[in-house]
Amino acid sequence: MSGLTRRRFLVVSAAASGALLVGWRSASAQQRLPYLGAREEAQGLGPFIRIDKDGTVIIGARATEIGQGVKTSLPMLIAEELDADWNRVRVEQLPYGYIDTEQGPGDKYGDQGAGGSDNIPSAWKDLRQAGATARALLVQAAAEQWDLPPEQLRTEAGYVIAPDGRRLGYGELVGAAAALDPPKDPVPLKKPQQFRIVGRPTRTVDAREIVTGRTQYGIDAYLADALVAVMLRCPHLDGTVDKVDDSETRRVPGVRDVVVIAGPAPDAPIDGVLASGVAVLADDTWAALQGRDKLKVEWKPGPWSAESNAALAARANELLDQDQGAIAVRRDGDFAKAFRQAAIRLEARYEMPFLAHATMEPPAALVSIEQDKALLIGSLQSPGGASRVINALTGIPRKDIEIRLTRAGGGFGRRLKNDYVAEAVRIAQAAGKPIKLLWTREDDLQHDFYRPFGVHALRAGLDRKKKLVAWSHRCAATPRNYRDSGMKDRPLYAGCLEADDFPAGLVANLEKTFFPVASGMPRGWWRAPLHTFHAFAVQSFLDEIAVATKQDAVQLRLELLGPPRRIPYSGHGGPTFDTGRLAGVLTLAADKIGWQDKRRDGHGLGIACHFTFGGYAAHAFEVSVEGSELVIHRAVCAVDVGRVINPLGLEAQMIGGTIDGVSTALNLAITVKDGRVTQRNFPDYPLLRMAQAPRNVEVYIVDSTAEPSGAGEIGIPSAAPALANAVYAATTVRVRKLPLLPELKRLL
Amino acid sequence: MPETPPPVRRSKAIPVPPVAQSASEKTLPLRINGKTYYHEGDPDMPLLWYLRDVLRLTGTKYGCGIGYCGACTVLIDGKAQRACLTPVKALVDQDVTTIEGLAGAELHPLQQAWIEEDVAQCGYCQAGQILAAADLLRRNPRPSDEDIDKLPNLCRCGTYPRIRKAIQRAAQALAETKK
Repeated sequence: MSGLTRRRFLVVSAAASGALLVGWRSASAQQRLPYLGAREEAQGLGPFIRIDKDGTVIIGARATEIGQGVKTSLPMLIAEELDADWNRVRVEQLPYGYIDTEQGPGDKYGDQGAGGSDNIPSAWKDLRQAGATARALLVQAAAEQWDLPPEQLRTEAGYVIAPDGRRLGYGELVGAAAALDPPKDPVPLKKPQQFRIVGRPTRTVDAREIVTGRTQYGIDAYLADALVAVMLRCPHLDGTVDKVDDSETRRVPGVRDVVVIAGPAPDAPIDGVLASGVAVLADDTWAALQGRDKLKVEWKPGPWSAESNAALAARANELLDQDQGAIAVRRDGDFAKAFRQAAIRLEARYEMPFLAHATMEPPAALVSIEQDKALLIGSLQSPGGASRVINALTGIPRKDIEIRLTRAGGGFGRRLKNDYVAEAVRIAQAAGKPIKLLWTREDDLQHDFYRPFGVHALRAGLDRKKKLVAWSHRCAATPRNYRDSGMKDRPLYAGCLEADDFPAGLVANLEKTFFPVASGMPRGWWRAPLHTFHAFAVQSFLDEIAVATKQDAVQLRLELLGPPRRIPYSGHGGPTFDTGRLAGVLTLAADKIGWQDKRRDGHGLGIACHFTFGGYAAHAFEVSVEGSELVIHRAVCAVDVGRVINPLGLEAQMIGGTIDGVSTALNLAITVKDGRVTQRNFPDYPLLRMAQAPRNVEVYIVDSTAEPSGAGEIGIPSAAPALANAVYAATTVRVRKLPLLPELKRLL
Repeated sequence: MPETPPPVRRSKAIPVPPVAQSASEKTLPLRINGKTYYHEGDPDMPLLWYLRDVLRLTGTKYGCGIGYCGACTVLIDGKAQRACLTPVKALVDQDVTTIEGLAGAELHPLQQAWIEEDVAQCGYCQAGQILAAADLLRRNPRPSDEDIDKLPNLCRCGTYPRIRKAIQRAAQALAETKK
């Protein structure tokens, strides 16, 4: 994702139809192409903005849409600066835009991936300029036509307006505007009080296509001559194919071929395919699935056949008990001494399971590999990564690899990995034909890059005034940094423990240490990655401290946060963390749930807050436990992501994040036994259904003028601890192991 | 969006007007969204793969293949059924409605409500959700919260609260048109 570091220029030109086009060129390409005069090439850019003579505005959506709403919110930023009439804007998905530059690989359109809640902050910095430039040209064109200084003109909803009220529609101006020299310097952007589109609740641009079944996801792509491929992967971690009997498979009508795909060596990076297996190619999915059922494969189990969750938990606790192999992550003051001298000492351990992503649309990829070019259509989160994978496997230059982006049926980090693209390429190469690879749900749950497993040991020392003076967070986990070339220069704890996460910087004597636990389970990024388990441990433990020392759980956090100020934050979403903004969402959630009001009838309240990726959120729940059934009476989420681009989209992300957090906390775990994943399909990995989900998630949005941050991930980390804290309040049962429901039933 | 080529491949289903008769005794007539198709392939093929691979009606989604998640929900004679578990041979003399066939001249009130409540996030499960809700409203035009709770379809994005609102909005709209 190097898009932001490279200098780019806006390109303006006219299409053959006379439409105005605004796009980008990287600095080096710019030197070869003047702004104007190379219109055919410029048309090939796939511009961000196209304005037709009838006034229709077409905006290119650059980022991959996985349900986080960027296909709506990013074009809103462009439309705002363009001063377009949103009702006359049509949004079209841009393909992946690769460009060779003198400095190396470049991004034609900037960052197109989906990860780290980055799209809004990066688009806020670069995409608005595209709209502003187009608007400046339209104003200039009108100024020349009216013979008025451009400063005297204003724009509104697709019109340039003169002081005397004369109006010219953008469509009437495109011819003249396209012939103008674009401004050499960046055009001034609007002031927030001038915003007409940013901040307005805006429905998803694909809504009509979605409800009529016309949206294309990656899995919906077909090519006339492509075979369907499904693959039987080795169920043993790092196991291999020993013997294959495909005689019955080949007798299934419609089955065309069977190919063996070798997985990575047990010590090699998992940069291509994830596992060894046998692929069945057929005319259609049904034939391929039947053929796969009839395969007889003997596997070699590989080096992890003793791995189990029980053994991993035992090993993690052993490392923590013996303080063995610790990697220092952060040290402030002298924890050991302060803890020893503390008036009150508390300690607890929290265990969190592996998780699968379980996107509703399982991995799928359609690829066509020819001598000198390639085509990929798929639901992706990292199209640049997919391009690199195809290049590495085929040698086809990246500029000759076409990647069409579709809406994706969820992402949650799963599609940051392109193993399924690599599989599709390898199978297509072996078969000598275009293929469409489809993963079944069983494939998806049994072969994923799972969220790491970990045990978090927390210790706190308080002085006589019940003030926190010592804090220790020791995490023993299967490192996220595992056989991932992209992380080879990062520490082993990266993705498991964040040096500066709350309450770092707020307790004088603080230590964070990491203990790597060996495991053969592939690991990856899972929505709001380490923050989901980090927040569960820290926010549960704060609640335990509050209970043990008879302090109010909100007040304890507010005192810890102290006066509003910015403190350094080295992790993603930094460079600072604003204690006042975290206190703000915490107080807001507390107010809205009625924190001070006494609850009766076995109802309990729980609260938690977290900062990540530039955003601040707090959750509060009111629950009761009736028999062994947990009932969520109220769910409150308070959020501060800075300036809000689309309130309707932000609310959706918070509702969804909250329910994802609740669903995952209550029921979900991937377990490993004898070196194999136990779960097979949704009955073993039971996402929340309508009946179990809170009927309403009350979302309260802080009105902020801070730089906008993304919202795809901040809605989840504080949900699980707030829920567990509420369960404690209702039952006095402290759940320290997730998933919560089976543990609660065990403890009740 | 890139256009996919028309279903010319191995597709043996040729849409013909409902009045036309089948040419061969081996073919299986299937009524889908008001049109009759004649299937010549495996009669055990699940409707899901027939819709997607043969007819290229891709609005019906694969989610689990075991009838659990509801992403493949279609209406068979108005009842919500799982296309992944329904072999095409079981569909003789029944009417199948997929998401592509739900709207008439105007959108179905549920589709309209889904847009107005901005339900979809990734959107993948929503066709199944809408068709499950259509069956619910057919049986129960004014469903209570408890009735809506019985909908079994999974949504990974967590759109349930807005699905609930959209069903209530559609129920209201339907009640008003009947007055």
